[in-house]
Amino acid sequence: MAIKDYIRERFFPHLWCPGCGHGIVMNGMLHAIEKLGMSRNEIVMVSGIGCSSRISCYVDFHTLHTIHGRALAFATGVKLGLPELNVIVPMGDGDALAIGGNHFIHAARRNIDITAIVMNNRVYGMTGGQFSPLSGYGTKATTAPYKNIDHDFDIAQLAMAAGASFVARTTAYHVKQMTDIIRKAILHEGFSVVEILTQCPTYFGRKNKLGDAAEMMEWFKDFTTPIGSKAKKENDDLIERGIFVQKEIPEYCEEYDKIIEHAMKGS
Amino acid sequence: MAKPKLKEHRINREWCKGCGICVHFCPKSVLELDEMDKVVAARPEDCICCKLCELRCPDLAIEIITAEKE
Repeated sequence: MAIKDYIRERFFPHLWCPGCGHGIVMNGMLHAIEKLGMSRNEIVMVSGIGCSSRISCYVDFHTLHTIHGRALAFATGVKLGLPELNVIVPMGDGDALAIGGNHFIHAARRNIDITAIVMNNRVYGMTGGQFSPLSGYGTKATTAPYKNIDHDFDIAQLAMAAGASFVARTTAYHVKQMTDIIRKAILHEGFSVVEILTQCPTYFGRKNKLGDAAEMMEWFKDFTTPIGSKAKKENDDLIERGIFVQKEIPEYCEEYDKIIEHAMKGS
Repeated sequence: MAKPKLKEHRINREWCKGCGICVHFCPKSVLELDEMDKVVAARPEDCICCKLCELRCPDLAIEIITAEKE
């Protein structure tokens, strides 16, 4: 199938701003799904609220556009009910880690077979550029005009600590790596977290004088490095990208089925 | 494997928002924005069909159509 066969063309052009990284993530995800040769009926996309969550409107899979931060809770229900389907949950940094932070860590802990794609643009774009938990110390936002004094955290480390069995990071610049990682994350049986650094030229870029979309992508090229690279040892400020964790541990739906089978024996 | 040969840059002008990402990252400077801020293939003869413009387009507005060389 061609990429165009996976989208709802009637909703295009989409609402994202010119140069928004979320469109690149959608593009990369569609290429990954095309490479896997999946049909539209095999995939369920569940999203919450925010710019990133609009993806579920544009792709022609089974889609659920739910409430802010709770996409993983809805997705858990879908996956337990219909475990044969592939569940993908696109989220923004605020949606996944502020409003939905608790759902995020517990979905990771349970190791339910869901692919969580966290599009980290370090800002709440849809509501007007407020700082998010990922904005980082010293950045500026509509609600931090002098500077942000909140520290951010590392999504990959948080996901690993919470028990996710697949954790990776890439950027909107590294599109081939992005497609490859999303493909592997979908194939992985367990909770997969893919953090993708994306640019918000409208708010994060403008407030922090980072230039246009292409310049923000140049930043991703210059300030990220493959995991364990020599450059990282020399400069600890570089952000590592690649697959941090990929391990086989019991998956939640399979374990749940075993419990049902065990309980039914007793009746 | 045969080297891909360019047939055309299929550009959807309705979807292109003129962000310039494809123009900026094209390794052969094939693309330009026109007076309407829409992408055009100004030097298609230089295109090496790497498809990075297609992969990086946030608007799914550009597609590289190739014909396999004999």
